[in-house]
Amino acid sequence: MAAVPADVTPADTVVTRTGAWSSANRRWYTVGAIILIVSIVLGASIGPAGPTSWRVPFALLDHLPWISIDSGVTDAEWNIVWRIRMPRVILAALVGGMLSVAGASYQGVFRNPLVDPYLLGAAAGAGLGATLALTTGRTVTMSWPVDPVPTSAFVVAVLTVAVTYLVGASFSGSSPGSGRSGVTLVLAGVAVVAFVTAVQTFILQRNQDVVREVFQWILGRLSGATWSDVVLILPYVTISCIVLMLHRRHLDVFRVGDDEAAALGVSVGRTRLVIVIAATLGTAAVVSVSGLIAFVGLVIPHAIRLVAGAGYRRLIPLSMLFGAAFLILADIPGRMLSSPAETPIGVVTAFLGAPFFIYLLRTRRLVG
Amino acid sequence: MSTLEFCDVTVSYGRRVAVGAFADRIESGEWVGVIGPNGAGKSSLLRAAAGLVASSGTISVDGSPLAAMSDRERASRVAYVAQSPLIPDDMTAFDYVLLGRTPYVGYFGTESSHDRAVAVDVIDRLRLGEFAGRMMGSMSGGERQRVVIARALAQEAPVLLLDEPTSALDIGHQQQALELVTELREQQAITVVSAMHDLTLAGTYTDRLVLLDGGTVVARGDAADVLTADRLGEVFHVCVTVDVDPDDGTVIVVPRRGFPAR
Repeated sequence: MAAVPADVTPADTVVTRTGAWSSANRRWYTVGAIILIVSIVLGASIGPAGPTSWRVPFALLDHLPWISIDSGVTDAEWNIVWRIRMPRVILAALVGGMLSVAGASYQGVFRNPLVDPYLLGAAAGAGLGATLALTTGRTVTMSWPVDPVPTSAFVVAVLTVAVTYLVGASFSGSSPGSGRSGVTLVLAGVAVVAFVTAVQTFILQRNQDVVREVFQWILGRLSGATWSDVVLILPYVTISCIVLMLHRRHLDVFRVGDDEAAALGVSVGRTRLVIVIAATLGTAAVVSVSGLIAFVGLVIPHAIRLVAGAGYRRLIPLSMLFGAAFLILADIPGRMLSSPAETPIGVVTAFLGAPFFIYLLRTRRLVG
Repeated sequence: MSTLEFCDVTVSYGRRVAVGAFADRIESGEWVGVIGPNGAGKSSLLRAAAGLVASSGTISVDGSPLAAMSDRERASRVAYVAQSPLIPDDMTAFDYVLLGRTPYVGYFGTESSHDRAVAVDVIDRLRLGEFAGRMMGSMSGGERQRVVIARALAQEAPVLLLDEPTSALDIGHQQQALELVTELREQQAITVVSAMHDLTLAGTYTDRLVLLDGGTVVARGDAADVLTADRLGEVFHVCVTVDVDPDDGTVIVVPRRGFPAR
């Protein structure tokens, strides 16, 4: 043993700093919540048409219970805020938060930093589902009560991930430690995604008339969002986020490897399956209404790791808050840049996010 | 205070048998060193006891078969330190040690103040207080190894399995790690099984040795009985001389130059 100094720091001074509700955690959650609220207000205030931007925060306050402020926003203008901008902002928050949390969870469960929520085929499946609906379904399903595109995207996305999981599981050994090992699953994902994408390309090539529509869907969009879109995905996102929040501690255990986790009494295969199912359901739900918004699920968790540390107890809730805020903010230039046309949100997220991430990577690397 | 019993334990990977019909009874508070050449089945035996590989036969702690226990129950009886554990660089030593409390935390639960107190206690006992808030990535190999052992101890399991606990350490840290295990074993009567490569250290620190070759037991007993030049030459294909310290009976295995007769 190295010589023990006379004044050894007692370990309990550290304990207070690492508790679940330590002051550091509280500070991060407060910062995240404030940024999210500011983003929501900004998102509701800025837009090509509607009331003067600075009046909107007052109008929002005016609509809170027990508060009455004369904001000078007319009813017609309030309709624009409440019926057009607000659902879009809330949808962006749900999609951004969900993709970030799913990305963080996937990265944790596979111990692979390059993983995003689309890894096991959620995106490719949703793309194929949307393509199928747009090529074959549209005319048949005109009279359906629900829009077939998100429904089909959701169903095929979930099916694709299920196939990936079954293929991956069938190759893994019988031991609890190596069973359903992360690497096999990731590789199964690569194969299934390639296959599904090939099918989609084949279908598209024979239905050139919908190529533009499918391409737009793939790039992701939040325009035209309604409260019913929000209501449609809210249950999935809520359940998925609750389940993933409840597995934060398990994700921390996964950081020491499958073997060690199993030796610590974690049922590795089963726990991984629960987390993957939760993350996939949420991802498939948001992808089915918003299309494939790239970058958020991969990079937001990493950005948070760089500034706030890699522990999942903090990472999961912060991913939710910052992912939501990021997508709301990214959507603002999306609707303003080429107004009245829309810049696809997926383009904006990568365009803004990539330089920001590189900046973080550089500065944090230098700091330590 | 627990006995660990192996009864007809076989571990196979596909058709290859890594451990064949192993049987032994390790008494409460005993330290058994498992030695043997690479691929002899040392790690497989420990991994089977930790529930990490499937095995046939029965492994039981105090008469209760591990196979019948839940994963968490088993983890509260048997702690395992892997040969080269995966250590997240950006996790604090305290959080890493706290992971040892996993078997006692409910599925959706979080560590109680008691769990934190146990982790603090282990850290203080191993004189790791100054490292508690440091990131694992910023520590030296010897410091990390102590933190890894601390994590296993926080598990408060009566049986401790160590797979090559000293393989990555220099001679000083090897000795410190083994002294630490000795001290803890004496204080808490923990039953220890360790796979080891250094034969002299294995003979010096353990109560008893089990020599495996090709998955079967070649010899078992005191260091002086197991570690003979002829047997080691046969099993390890090595040229050694074995000396016994006349004062304390320590068995010293000294490698010699030249190829052994095969």
